[in-house]
Formats: sequence, C-alpha cells, structure tokens
Amino acid sequence: MLKPLHKSDGNSLNSVFTQVKNSSFAFFIDMANGTEYLKTVLKNFVTKKFEFQEFLKQCYQIGNKSLGLISITGIIIGLVLTIQSRPPLVQFGAVAMLPGMVAVSIIREMGPVITALICAGKIGSSMGAELGSMRVTEQIDAMEVSNTHPINFLVIPRVAAATVMIPLLTLYADAIGIFGSWLGINIKDTMSLRYFINQAFLSVEFLDIIPAVIKSFFFGAVIGLVGCYKGYNAGRGTESVGVAANSAVVTASLLVIIVDLIAVQITDLI
Amino acid sequence: MEKHKKNVVIDVKNLKISFGDLKVLDGINLQLYEKENLVVLGKSGSGKSVLIKCIVSLLQHDKGEITVGKHELTDISDEDLIKVRKKTGFLFQGAALYDSMTVRENLAFALSKSKEKLSKKELEDKIVQALDDVGLPDSIDKMPSELSGGMKKRIGLARTLVVHPEIILYDEPTTGLDPITSNEISNLINETKAKFNNSSIIITHDIACVKKVADRIVMIKDGKIYKEGTLEEFMDDEDDYIQSFFK
Repeated sequence: MLKPLHKSDGNSLNSVFTQVKNSSFAFFIDMANGTEYLKTVLKNFVTKKFEFQEFLKQCYQIGNKSLGLISITGIIIGLVLTIQSRPPLVQFGAVAMLPGMVAVSIIREMGPVITALICAGKIGSSMGAELGSMRVTEQIDAMEVSNTHPINFLVIPRVAAATVMIPLLTLYADAIGIFGSWLGINIKDTMSLRYFINQAFLSVEFLDIIPAVIKSFFFGAVIGLVGCYKGYNAGRGTESVGVAANSAVVTASLLVIIVDLIAVQITDLI
Repeated sequence: MEKHKKNVVIDVKNLKISFGDLKVLDGINLQLYEKENLVVLGKSGSGKSVLIKCIVSLLQHDKGEITVGKHELTDISDEDLIKVRKKTGFLFQGAALYDSMTVRENLAFALSKSKEKLSKKELEDKIVQALDDVGLPDSIDKMPSELSGGMKKRIGLARTLVVHPEIILYDEPTTGLDPITSNEISNLINETKAKFNNSSIIITHDIACVKKVADRIVMIKDGKIYKEGTLEEFMDDEDDYIQSFFK
C-alpha cells in the first residue's frame, strides 16, 4: 500500500498557513522597498548630476548586446506571421491584404512586445547579475564609501539607457520583421520589395506607430528599473547573483505583459 | 600614559547593533587615537567588520554613538557624511576593485570624487605615485581580473591611499593570502603609517599581521570588548581564550 506523502494533520495546515503568511509579508516588504527605490531613483534623476559618460556606455552595451538576437527574432517573426496568415487570406481571396496585415501586427504589437521580452531576458538578467555581483563583492559599498551614490552612478544611467534604447531597438525589429514578411511572401509568390512596402504602409497609420513607440519607452524603463532593483538589492552570498538575475527576468517579463495590457486599453480609448 | 595625550580621531560609545534576533555588537566602547594602528581581534562572526562598517555608515547602528573627528554619525546630514567619508579610507576584504574598470580607472574614479579638482597631468601623476607606493607601477592598464589576490589587495590599498585619508579602516587585509604576501601587506600598512601619518583600524585574526602592525589591540567576544591592551599585555595574559589566538 502506498503511504501518503504528507500527513494531513494540524501541523501541516499550520505550516501552510505560516508559509502563506511569510510569502505575503515578503511581498509587501518588497513592494515597500520597491516604492522607496523608485522614489530615490526619480528624486536623484531630477536633483543630482547625470552621469552622461556612463549613460553612453550603457546605451552602447544594450544596443550591441541585443542587436544580433533582435535581428534574428525579427526576421523569424515576420516570416512566421506571413506563412501562418497566408492560407486563410488565400481562402477568402484577400491575399493582397497580407503585407498590410503583417505590417500592422508587427508595428502595433509583435515588434514592441517581442523586443521587450528579449531585452528583459538579455538586458534585465545582465543588469541583475552585474549589480548583484557588485553587491556581493562589496563594489557597491566601495562606491558609497568613496562618496559616489550607487543609485546615481549605476542605476540611473542603466535605466535611462534602457528607456532610450528599447524604442530604437523596437523600430529596428519592426523594420527587420517587415523585411522578413517580404521574404515569406516570396517563398510562394513573387513580389518586389518596393511594391510590398507600398502595400504594407497603405494600411499603417500614424496612430499605429506612436502608441507602440510610447509603450516601448515604458517597457525600457520597466526592464531597467527591475533589473537594477533586483541586482542592487541582491543578498550577500554568491547564490544571490543567480537569484537576482533570474528574478529580474521573470519580474520584468511579467511587468512588460502587464504594461502592454494597460497600454492596449489606453490606446483603445483614444 | 602617552596615548591619552593624543587626540581621539574615532570615538565609539556603547555601540549596539543586531540583525533580527542576533545581537552582533552589544555595547562596544573604543577610541582610535591620532597616528595609531589599532587592531581589532576576534574570531570569525564576532562583528569586527560590522564595527568598521558602522564607522563609515555603511551599516546603521541601533544604539550608541560614533564620533569621527567632530561629527557624530547618528542622524548625520548628507553633507557631513561626505566630509567624514572624505577623511576615511576603507580597504575591503576582497579589495572591491571595480571589475569593469582598469587599475588606472579605479584610482581615477576614487580621485574624481575627492576634495580637489585635478588636471589630467596631476591626476596621472597621483595615480602613478600611488601605484609606486604599493610597488605595482606596471599594473596600471590591467583589469582586476588579471591580478592575483595579493595584487588586488595592493591596488585596493593604492585606491584608498590616492586620496590621502586621515583614517584608514582595513577589513582583514591579509585574509586568504600566502604568508609572504601577508607579510608584504603588513609591511605596507606600516610604511603607509610612516609616510602619511594616518590612524588605522585593522580588523584581523591573522596573528602574524597583528604582531607586525599593532600599536594597541582590542579583542571582541560575544559582541563586547573582551580585552584591550598592547601586544605584550596580550602575549603575557594567561587567559585561555586569548592564548588560543596567540599560540
């Protein structure tokens, strides 16, 4: 006879209750710390000297680190969207709408969200791990002792760089995705690039591009803030570097989806 | 006694700090005098590093007073804390060199936050001089990852010395090093004192280092001062706990 894994007695119920209580407590503590951190970042951004050199360095790092991955993903997204959408459109005799439909979906949704999720993985984890290891090896303490506020030198330039670079990467991903779509169409049909672009941009309106760019600024800010927060508040042991990097990716990805949902609702109202 | 004629540069009174239920420091009193090397001795986890981190406000104490120069650290303003930190150098246990910067940039970073505005030439001269002082002039363009443990400690010391602090706090300067390198670091601590006339607190449990550098020793046990005195007084003490360090 199989033995039950856990005895269902008062003790295990108690331990579940304690676990829930501790998790809720930790969640609220984290929320309070996060709010305090956000307040400090915003206050220091407005009142303290901006580390422009560090900002440029971070912009280069973010662009350089993500460009290859975003190029590959962009092309594949364009290709896949085109190949998947073609059969139903052929069925309804609306295949001429394919370039426009793919362009609108890439510009409005796929480009910004996929870019943000890739950056959450690539940049968020790297910020979490870098700042986490600086915390563990006391480099952040050393900075503080030498009268440099780590928030000003480490966090603000990274958050600003992510906020500026992710919209640029999104526009690049959009362009590459649309090019991928043209490649996808040319697998089954023949269409010149000029005709494809004309068709695609007949369907794209100014109001498709602006909200997408605006929301990608928020995606960038969220990824930068979360990545830096998790790294900056990492524990003292070496394992906390991994925990910080992992937690940065998970939290940033989740927040990107939530921000996207809010952005879609707001755009709908407009 | 001669030590009482000297000025007190750091005065710690009834210092208490706990992490959760764990009392780490429970009423510490100590003074650091001008131009003195004070060694704080104690076993691992006795709160030695916590003590010096409280002195530079990296950790906030729960109770008691810490006075550095004229400034008492409880509720100190940001401006005064900057003044305190400008006169205090800190050598971290693992040297804490900035990974993404070369040795030159590490030292230049420390100098850029110091009191004086320097020209490019003055900045370079000071960096070269500091590296000369620690015997590593050729490491100027190396990255921290290219340095050995002992070299990192020396560069960490150069980064501390380059801003000419009046007080230096050494957090386990010889831990993890071989006896020869440990001896070199201990000599450097003495040379630094002789050259710059600074006062130092040296946190360690390395008795060879203690014997070389200590003007006075304070031993911490269970969060309290267990004994205070000179090296000779410690060596002559028959207390088992004290002798377990010196045997």
